Amino acid sequence: MNTETVIKGRSLWSDARRRFFQNKAAVAGVIALTCIVLISFIGPYFAVWSFEEIDWDTMGSAATLGKPSFASGHFFGTDDLGRDLYSRVLQGTRVSLKVGIIGAGIAVIVGTVYGTVAGYVGGSTDQIMMRIVDVLMSIPFMFVLILLLVIFGRSETMIFIGIGMFAWLDMSRIVRGQTLTLKNKEFVEAARATGVSTPTIIRRHIVPNLLGIVAIYATLLVPAMILTESFISFLGLGVQEPKTSWGALISEGAGTIRYDTEWQLLFPLAFFVITLFSFFFIGDGLRDALDPKDR
Amino acid sequence: MLNYTFRRVLVAIPTLLILIVITFLLMHSAPGGPFTSERPLPPQVLANIEAKYGLNDPLYVQLWEYLKGIVLHFDFGPSFVKKSQSVNDIIAQGFPITLTYGGLSFIFATLIGGTLGVVAAIRQNTFIDYFAVGISIGAQVLPNFVMAPLLVWLFTLTLGWLPGGGWNGGAWPNLIMPVIALATSYMASISRITRSSMLEVLNSNYIRTARAKGLPERTVILRHALKPSLVPLISYLGVAFVGMITGSVIIDVYFSTGGLGQAFVNSALSRDYSVMMGVTILLGSLTIFFALLADLLYAWVDPKIRY
Repeated sequence: MNTETVIKGRSLWSDARRRFFQNKAAVAGVIALTCIVLISFIGPYFAVWSFEEIDWDTMGSAATLGKPSFASGHFFGTDDLGRDLYSRVLQGTRVSLKVGIIGAGIAVIVGTVYGTVAGYVGGSTDQIMMRIVDVLMSIPFMFVLILLLVIFGRSETMIFIGIGMFAWLDMSRIVRGQTLTLKNKEFVEAARATGVSTPTIIRRHIVPNLLGIVAIYATLLVPAMILTESFISFLGLGVQEPKTSWGALISEGAGTIRYDTEWQLLFPLAFFVITLFSFFFIGDGLRDALDPKDR
Repeated sequence: MLNYTFRRVLVAIPTLLILIVITFLLMHSAPGGPFTSERPLPPQVLANIEAKYGLNDPLYVQLWEYLKGIVLHFDFGPSFVKKSQSVNDIIAQGFPITLTYGGLSFIFATLIGGTLGVVAAIRQNTFIDYFAVGISIGAQVLPNFVMAPLLVWLFTLTLGWLPGGGWNGGAWPNLIMPVIALATSYMASISRITRSSMLEVLNSNYIRTARAKGLPERTVILRHALKPSLVPLISYLGVAFVGMITGSVIIDVYFSTGGLGQAFVNSALSRDYSVMMGVTILLGSLTIFFALLADLLYAWVDPKIRY
C-alpha cells in the first residue's frame, strides 16, 4: 500500500517534469536564471573593485573616464561617484533576489497555513478569517509600507516585515479555494471516516495536494516581490547605502541619464528584465506542467 | 443585489476606519514629536505649541478629533513642516494634477489595451495577434519606473521631441510621457485579459449559433461577442486604478509633475507626518472606493457572481 502510493506520486511529478522541460520558454527561463544567480555569486571573485570602493581617478568624469572597459577593471563602467558598477550590480542582484525569495517564502508559508485552516475548518471561522483578508486587501499597502519604512527606519528587516505583511493575502485566497474543493474529495472523507485527526489530515492529505498550485504562485510571487522592492528603492526608501538593489541602481542610472552615461541605467536594467522574464516564463511553464486542465 | 451591495459596503467602511487608525497610530509611534528639532525650543514655547495642536490630549481624544475633522469637515489638519499651509492646501494643489494624468492613463490603457485584445482575438494566430501578445509579454517587465527613464532617454535626450519633466499647466507635450509610462504595464494586462476572454466567447455555442444563422461577422462580434467578453475586465479595472494611483508616486518623482505623489515623498523625506497621513488616507479611500465600485459593477453585470 505504502510503496504503491510513493510510486504513484513520483509518476505524477515526473509527468509534470517532462511537460515542463518540453516548454522551451520555461527551460530558457531556468537557464537564464541559473546564469544570473551564478554570476551574482561567482562574479565578485573576478571583480577588480569592491562595490563600495571609490575610484578617485574617474570620479566626477564618469561620462568620459567611467565607460565600461576591461583595461580599467570597470567591466560595466562606474557610477556617478566613481564606484565600480560591475560589483554594484552583482551586489544589488543578490539583495533583490534575496528580498524576492525570502518575501515570497514568507508569503507562501503564512498564506498556505492561513488558507488551509480557513478552508478546512470552514463555517464562521472561515467567514471571519476571510473577511480579515478582504479588509487587509483593500488597504493600499504601498503607502503603508512607505510609512513603515519612514517611521521605523529603512532596514532590510523592515522591508521583509512590510512586504510579508501583505504579500500572503492572495496566496491565502488561492489556497483556501483549493482546500475547499479538496475537502469534499473521497480520500479526505475516507481519512476522516477512519478517525484521522484534523491536523494530520491537513498535513498529510491537504497540503501535499496543494503543492502544485502553491509552486506556481510562488514562482509568480518572487517577481512581484522584486517589483515591490524595486519600486521602494527607486524612491530612495529601500536598502541603505553603500548596499544597493536593482531599484536603487535603476534609479541612479535614470537620474544620471542626462549626462551621457546610459550604461548606468542599462546594465542593472538588463539584469532586472532578464530575471523577471525568467520568473514569468518559469511560472507559466509550471502552470502548464502541473495544471494541464487549466489550458 | 441590494443585499450584496449592503454587505460589500459593510466591508468597505471598517476598512476605511482601519486604514485611518493604522496610519494615525503609526504616525504617533514615530520617535520624536513634530516639533522636535535640532535646536530645542524653550519648554514653555513647546508646551504652548503642543497645547495649540492638541498634542497633550490623550491619544484616543486626538484620534477622535482627527476622525471628526476628516469625516465632518474633510479637514486633514495643518502641515507641521510647511507652517503656512494646511494639508488640505497641499492636497488641493497636487490632486488635480494626479487626477489629470492618472485619468488619461486609465482611459489610454483601457482603450488601447481593450482594442488590442479584441483585435488579437478576432485575428487569432496572425501577425496582429503575435504582435499584441508580444507587446503584452514584454510590457510585463516594463513597470512605470523602468518606462519613465527609457522614454526620457528616447524622446528627450535622443530625439529631443518632448520636455523631460515639469507640468507646465498640463500642456500636452508634458503629459505624453507620464501617461505612457504609467499606462504601459496595465495596457498589457488589459489586452491579455480581453484577448483570452474574447477567445473564450468566440468559441462558445451561442456565437456558433449566431454564425450559423448567417449573421455577418461584424454583427456577431459587435452585437453578441463584445459585451460578454468585456465582463472579466471589470474586476481588473479596479486593480489597474489602484496600481496607477500607486504608480503616480514614481511619475511625480521622476517627471517632477507636482502631483500628490510628490507631496507624499517630500513629506516622507522631511518627516511631515500630517501630510503623509492626509495623502495616505485620501489615496487609500480612493482605492477602497474604486475596489467597491468595481465589485458592485461586476455583480450588477454578472448576477451569477456572489461571494
